[in-house]
Amino acid sequence: MSKVGLIIHREYFTRVKKKSFLLMTLLGPILMAMLLIAVFWLGMKESNERFVLVIDENQGVLGELQNSDGITYDYQNINFKDAQRLFNESNYTDILYIPPNITKFDAASLLFKKQPSATVLRAIEWRLEEKVEELKLIERNISKTHFYEIKTSISIKPSKFTKAGESKEIVEEASAVGFVFGLMIYMFIFMYGVQVMRGVIEEKSNRIVEVIISSVKPFELMIGKIIGVGLVSFTQFLLWVFLTIILFTGLQFALFSDVFEAANVMSQMQMTPEMMQGMTTEMKLAQESGNPDNLINKIPWGNALTMFGFYFLGGYLLYSALFAAVGAAVDSETDTQQFMLPITMPLIFAYMISIFIVQNPDGPAAFWFSIIPFTSPIVMMVRFLASGEGGVPIWEIVLSMALLIVGFVFTTWIAAKIYRTGILMYGKKPSYKELWKWLSYKG
Amino acid sequence: MEYLLQAENIVKKFATHVALDGVSISVPKGHIFGLLGPNGAGKTTLIRIINQITGPDSGSVLFDGQPLNSNHVADIGYLPEERGLYKKMKVGEQALYLAQLKGMSKSEAQNKLNHWFKKFEIEGWWNKKVEELSKGMQQKIQFIITVLHEPKLLILDEPFSGFDPINTNLIKQEILELKEKGSTIIFSTHNMSSVEEICDHIALINQSKKILDGPINEIRDAYSSNLFELQFKGNMIAFTNALWTGYELLEQEEKGGINKVKIKKISKQSTNNLLEAIIPHVEVVSLNEILPSMNDIFIEKVNEINQPQKEVI
Repeated sequence: MSKVGLIIHREYFTRVKKKSFLLMTLLGPILMAMLLIAVFWLGMKESNERFVLVIDENQGVLGELQNSDGITYDYQNINFKDAQRLFNESNYTDILYIPPNITKFDAASLLFKKQPSATVLRAIEWRLEEKVEELKLIERNISKTHFYEIKTSISIKPSKFTKAGESKEIVEEASAVGFVFGLMIYMFIFMYGVQVMRGVIEEKSNRIVEVIISSVKPFELMIGKIIGVGLVSFTQFLLWVFLTIILFTGLQFALFSDVFEAANVMSQMQMTPEMMQGMTTEMKLAQESGNPDNLINKIPWGNALTMFGFYFLGGYLLYSALFAAVGAAVDSETDTQQFMLPITMPLIFAYMISIFIVQNPDGPAAFWFSIIPFTSPIVMMVRFLASGEGGVPIWEIVLSMALLIVGFVFTTWIAAKIYRTGILMYGKKPSYKELWKWLSYKG
Repeated sequence: MEYLLQAENIVKKFATHVALDGVSISVPKGHIFGLLGPNGAGKTTLIRIINQITGPDSGSVLFDGQPLNSNHVADIGYLPEERGLYKKMKVGEQALYLAQLKGMSKSEAQNKLNHWFKKFEIEGWWNKKVEELSKGMQQKIQFIITVLHEPKLLILDEPFSGFDPINTNLIKQEILELKEKGSTIIFSTHNMSSVEEICDHIALINQSKKILDGPINEIRDAYSSNLFELQFKGNMIAFTNALWTGYELLEQEEKGGINKVKIKKISKQSTNNLLEAIIPHVEVVSLNEILPSMNDIFIEKVNEINQPQKEVI
């Protein structure tokens, strides 16, 4: 085995054999699953039970709202001010105040003790809209049937028209998947970059480093460590994916079978005009794309995974070399703050800017930050999926990838110079000026 | 004399100071070479250049007649002053790893390690983590790792620091044994007393320049102050008369019928002439030349160099 091979071997196996690695690998997906279950469970358990006091100032022309979705409407003929005074002692959860002439102003107000969820609020709004519409229809003497026949809701399906002349549909989920991929790249660069840094500090503070670099070149030690830790991150990632799939398949059968069934029943149900009316355009779109088929079929998984692999690797190599340089420059982890900042800033920035890039994946910000190597691993990943297949021109992807390669060769070169000098320097924390001088030392 | 290592005119500058300024050393094969000098003199930098950890700005290093190159890594064993091991790694595993980095095969390293562990009676440590061992134990492991691949050149930087007297002795014996087997050893230290016992050759470095080198006996002769200590039984007056003009009496002392005197040679007479002159008059018990210790030479030489500078200031 070559010397770099030996180093990679050691770096990999000492980490993989650690109990903490095993724990993280097992607990990661379990924690994730538990989090999701908790969210589901809380969401399901969340009581939509509301007892709403309705004060209607329209002298009964509106008719009473129908109880539904756990919301009970109770009509009382009292003054709004009195109601407010008694609200705290009463067992009402909310007061719905419908002002006079509702058909003119289309506005009502709701006082609550505990904030209602968006669903509850929507449900109340629907009920009220329904009544107000009915009233308006009567006022204008239009038949209800006609109204529903005429009422239109149009959904526009946006598709990108590519140079090749094909139109590509934009899939909302793809943006989310891109965002998740971006988040993972961000997380892994951070987690494992810091591990590289810790490893370097460990060797330095153990004073073993001089023994090792009398056998191998400092560059070999650094690159061996970076690759070794990188392989650990890949191992962990693959195990997480694998375990998550197993876990979710298991859970799907065990816990959520009824939920899935319910979802299926829902989607198979015929839509009545009333239901259609009750749904906003947004909702319809959401339901349409919420179809799990979209997630599986409409995302270019092959390309996405290839991109993910590349940017994951490129981003990791670029940043971990810098993390290694930081480790070499300091004596202990507490001294790292000063040098960490310029490394973590572009990473955090890339992640934050992704939020905007999801909205506008073809804008100038998306272009530049997906080309610049320090932000491209995260931004390009998000952009690629957000703008749909073929949305990002090939030349931009090629340029971004090429620059990322140039970028990590460059950071590795810089890092190697700082590393080589830094690992043998003890005692004092260097300034940026000194780091700059180290770059000019001869081997 | 055959040299294993020849460093010619090595210059190494750092941003703020010159670490080595035209230093040349020649390390003869099969000898123990002492690299001496105060802290910060440039010893470690020179050693790092020999280990190819860092490169000289100018100058050349020949190893066994060839320009130093990366293949020589396997021929050099290095115990740095700043040394340590991976704390969380097991002793045996770690020793195997470091041996393989030096170019040994795994099975070869395993065999040699078994031999050394048996020799030092530490077989039980194989599966212990390094952090479970005491500092002295760790130093032993480190020493084994350094010599395991039987390097032609062994570089020991302050090898005794951190050892208790028993282990110091043990390691000293090992070093001498390695020399017997033909290893060449560079022994770097600022502790002069350890040098006299085991070094054959020395080079003295001070403020990035070499100020003295050569076989240790020659250096001591060159620095001999012609002082002798003589013990005899008999009449003191008869003795002083017999001394004649060749020697000057510096000190005298009588204890239990034995006279002890310190004399200085002032002519070119040999000690035989002295004995011939006094034997008829007194009974000689012992005659010793008072040789300067390396410590004295070291301090004298360093002061000699520093003095003019002080005057300027």
